Amino acid sequence: MTHYGMIIDVGRCVGCYNCFIACKDEFWDNDYPPYSRAQPDRGQYWIRLKEKERNFPQIVVRTDFVPIPCMHCRDPPCLKAARDGAVYVREDGIVMIDPEKSKGQRQIVDACPYGVIYWNEELQIPQKCTFCAHLLDQGWRRPRCVEACPADAMIFGDLDDPDSELSKLWRSAEALSPEQAKGDLLAPPGSDEHGVSVKYLRLPKPIVGGSVIFGDTGECAEGVRVTVREGDGVAAETVTNAFGDFMVEGLRMGGKYVVRLEHPDYQPKELEVTVNGDVNLGEVRLDRR
Amino acid sequence: MVERECYNLDHGGVVVVTVRDGKIVRVRPLYLRDDDAPSWKIKVGDRVFTPPRRSNVTQFTLSIRRRVYASNRVLYPMLREDFDPDRKDRRTENRGKSKYVRISWKEATEIFAKEVRRIREQYGPAAIAVMMSSHQMWGYLNASYSAMTRFWSILGYTEVLNNSDSWEGWSWGATHVWGFYWRLGLPDQYDLLDDALKNSEMIVLWSADPDATNSTYAGYDSVTVRRWLKELGKEIVVIDPFCNYTATRFADKWIAPRPGTDAALAAAIAYVWISEGTYDKEYVETHTVGFEKWADYVMGREDGVPKTPEWAERITGVPAREIRALAREWARKRTMLGPGNRAGMGGACRAPYGHEWARMMVYLQAMQGLGKPGVNFWSTNTAMPSWEEFNFPGYVNGGMNVPGIAKQVYVNPVKQKLLRTLVPDALLTNKRLSWRGFGFNLGSTEQQFQLNVYPLPKPDGAPIRMLYRFGSAYLCTMPEGNKWVRAYRSPKLEFFVVHTPWFEGEAKFADLILPAATNLEREDIAEWNNGGGASGAIPHGSNSNAHRIIVYMQKCIEPLGESKSDFHIFLELARALGIEQEYSEGEDVEGWLRRIYESSDMKDVMPFEEFKRRGYYVVPVPENDVSHRSFATFYELGRGLATPTGKIEFESRSLAKFDPNDPERPLVAHYIPSWEGPESPRAQKYPLVLISPHVRFSFHSQHDGEKNPWIEEIPHHRIYKDGRYWWPLWINPADAAKRGIRDGDLVKVYNDRGAVVCIARVSERVRPGVVHAYQASAIYEPVGEPGDPSSPDLGGCVNILSSLRFMSKNAHGFAPAHALVEIERWEGSR
Repeated sequence: MTHYGMIIDVGRCVGCYNCFIACKDEFWDNDYPPYSRAQPDRGQYWIRLKEKERNFPQIVVRTDFVPIPCMHCRDPPCLKAARDGAVYVREDGIVMIDPEKSKGQRQIVDACPYGVIYWNEELQIPQKCTFCAHLLDQGWRRPRCVEACPADAMIFGDLDDPDSELSKLWRSAEALSPEQAKGDLLAPPGSDEHGVSVKYLRLPKPIVGGSVIFGDTGECAEGVRVTVREGDGVAAETVTNAFGDFMVEGLRMGGKYVVRLEHPDYQPKELEVTVNGDVNLGEVRLDRR
Repeated sequence: MVERECYNLDHGGVVVVTVRDGKIVRVRPLYLRDDDAPSWKIKVGDRVFTPPRRSNVTQFTLSIRRRVYASNRVLYPMLREDFDPDRKDRRTENRGKSKYVRISWKEATEIFAKEVRRIREQYGPAAIAVMMSSHQMWGYLNASYSAMTRFWSILGYTEVLNNSDSWEGWSWGATHVWGFYWRLGLPDQYDLLDDALKNSEMIVLWSADPDATNSTYAGYDSVTVRRWLKELGKEIVVIDPFCNYTATRFADKWIAPRPGTDAALAAAIAYVWISEGTYDKEYVETHTVGFEKWADYVMGREDGVPKTPEWAERITGVPAREIRALAREWARKRTMLGPGNRAGMGGACRAPYGHEWARMMVYLQAMQGLGKPGVNFWSTNTAMPSWEEFNFPGYVNGGMNVPGIAKQVYVNPVKQKLLRTLVPDALLTNKRLSWRGFGFNLGSTEQQFQLNVYPLPKPDGAPIRMLYRFGSAYLCTMPEGNKWVRAYRSPKLEFFVVHTPWFEGEAKFADLILPAATNLEREDIAEWNNGGGASGAIPHGSNSNAHRIIVYMQKCIEPLGESKSDFHIFLELARALGIEQEYSEGEDVEGWLRRIYESSDMKDVMPFEEFKRRGYYVVPVPENDVSHRSFATFYELGRGLATPTGKIEFESRSLAKFDPNDPERPLVAHYIPSWEGPESPRAQKYPLVLISPHVRFSFHSQHDGEKNPWIEEIPHHRIYKDGRYWWPLWINPADAAKRGIRDGDLVKVYNDRGAVVCIARVSERVRPGVVHAYQASAIYEPVGEPGDPSSPDLGGCVNILSSLRFMSKNAHGFAPAHALVEIERWEGSR
């Protein structure tokens, strides 16, 4: 059996929008009956980029881009909301909206917790990503978005093949939660209640960062040991770089931590931090021993 | 259903186009076949680096199907409704507001021929000026250097000289430090990917955004390289007032000096090295001259002002401790410096006194032993392994007016030239104009000193009466857009012809519009990202691609409507003027393409017919290719550069011969406060600096606007609000809050040159005191009278706000990168 799936490595994505444009190119003004009707020029983003700026301007303002196609859920809410078989799941796992049967069924758009279904006002049908099923059925190895990605950020393949690159990485990949897809990307990961076929590597997680300065000289504090503790345990450890900067990623939303800064020639400093998003400690001065 | 695939080439890479039943339905990136030449491999330790076997095409090139079928395609020759060639009063004041009527090709060529004959007889051939843009669509036969140049050279015309736009400060400055005049002051770029992967520990990108500027035409091939650099743990520092697209994904550190103050930052770095003794003293001794004068300036012995990090902090806004930390890292690590797109260029070189910054970039790497393994000029996007000896021309030297391709080459008989940035003055005034140099000063270091004047006395010259315009729009890519608009409406301009596929930009001011076909509607030939050897200023530029790919650009569909390829447009015009035989040499398109092919090494690879069938050819890379990294020979020998001494000159001998007392370009580079920067008197009234780098999601204006709704949907390119797609203006939260501006508000950005309405992106990615908006909006839509500074443009042409003033007293390049502005919320009508 084949079950198509995808992993997107957020760490590799450069936010070029190649995937978005390749998808537009495939479907604008192109009907592919019985798979899909043409996508309009504007207003539909069968793969869209959600982004988050990580505000550490004294270090770097990183932007994370998260491409969001249809999740091709194993238990799709859109199917439940559809009437007359307007939504169906293929044997290979691809979730399809029938462009004929779905006419007038606006409720299918609202049913998707990830917001990946769009309403075509002119044709009066809901539309979304099809994993380019019409091309896969002709023997293509991957959809247009994956083919166009210059950063090799997207892996497409067969989840039922244990030897596929996709299957090997699947266990370390994470599902996007509806909250992350429609709200804050730093919201906690979901429970994957719908059984998605699209997962992610290196989804953005809260960062605690700061810039340490030696109080007596005013110089950048290089080589300061940074320990982030939660209770008795060490959640993360790092050392400041030549600019005195540190950025620690992967902490828990809602977590309470103590950030301890240590250098042999300076008095240690501890800062209490509650993580409700990124925490920029700004400039932190150490006093000489 | 008939479906076929064609190969073609655009600014963002090599594509495969699917045509079904006579309609283009799909554009894909080219993936190499298994039997194409193997890709190169670089071995670093036990890891082997090899590129993906494809052309990493950009998003704008993937969208080129859409602009073929654009709603604003010019499908027929068009004549301005109120233009009557038989009347003396051309009603030029209506240009930009008039309607157009369709005419036949016969009528169009008759009007054209009659006007050309009249103007030549009445004023002389010099009264006709021909403007190419820096860029047109790909294809050597149809390039401006080819068909257009040949046609007009037969007749004679005033050549509008392209100023060395992307290179300015390097040409006017760095040339006088290390030579490389044939590269307009940029260093050569060979085998530096290999050097960086193996030997470099740190990369400093200064005024460079390779994720946005793509080594000009190389697409996204270098995205892979930057991933490798991160995986190998190289430290990446980006210096830019905007946390640019490369920085926001790859930088370990973002340093944001105020625009125009980069030279102060550079001087302070040198101060740290000199005072701490952390520069390569022996190298400076053996490989350079004049260092003591530079040290005198830096240490304060010349002017009493030591260029300390504290001094630089006051000017740049960068904390002194960070300047020190950067200088120390740079000195103790093997560091690549990437000052602009191709290890040269960069917005900082296109700013007032940009030549001072460019010179200091050379000084800094010279102080660290330029040419030592791992220490070089490289912006992560050039100098991949490549077989440069395989000869294929570029668009400058691969067309119809080139020896070896044409049987008869035509040299323009008109002596008069006009520098591009002076065209508005020429059309709006009767002033005698002068400038130094020949635009692209490729011939020698001294060429840029030569004074030229306009108009020349008869019979060598005449005031311009007619303009022929070809290629992508100037309206939103040249500074002082409103002045250009007023120039196009000048009564001195009797006849204005625009040759273009789309009704946008200048086309709306034309008297006669000739409908051009796109690159997908005609046959041509080209190598990807090859502008051409010495005359193209970037020899072997295609080593910025992971693979050299030569493309037979197949015609996908017939030209839409009555549009014609550029070659055919000039053929029609030549016929109407009785010079058809001279122009075409009796050769059709196929004949010319064959000639271009036979002039190259491809003739030894396969017959032309086979190449035409195959569609593309990947040039192989020799196995076990030995590294010939740039500056390796200079590093060994300490001499041989194209400077008077053969060495790196901190104190320039060539400038000493020309003008030893120019305070704006002294013999040793200095920090000079910008006339459009935070220390300028203008900043009292206009306290924010607008920076307008090269657009990311288009290639100049070629993929923007009404012709491409898909690109407009990308929220980093345009943002939809209340029925329109607005151009984004990035604003720091502190500056926004002060003015009551929130993210998503419409804002008017303005100065005394004009006003533009943009949409606010409030973000920490731009430093306080700076706003960022890309150049190259294809839409110019003034609310009131075109060209009036008080009528705001709704399209996003921020070029309206920058100045045409020369970079400095004797450096007659332009400086559009920075403009002093103020911003306020816009409540006006849409």
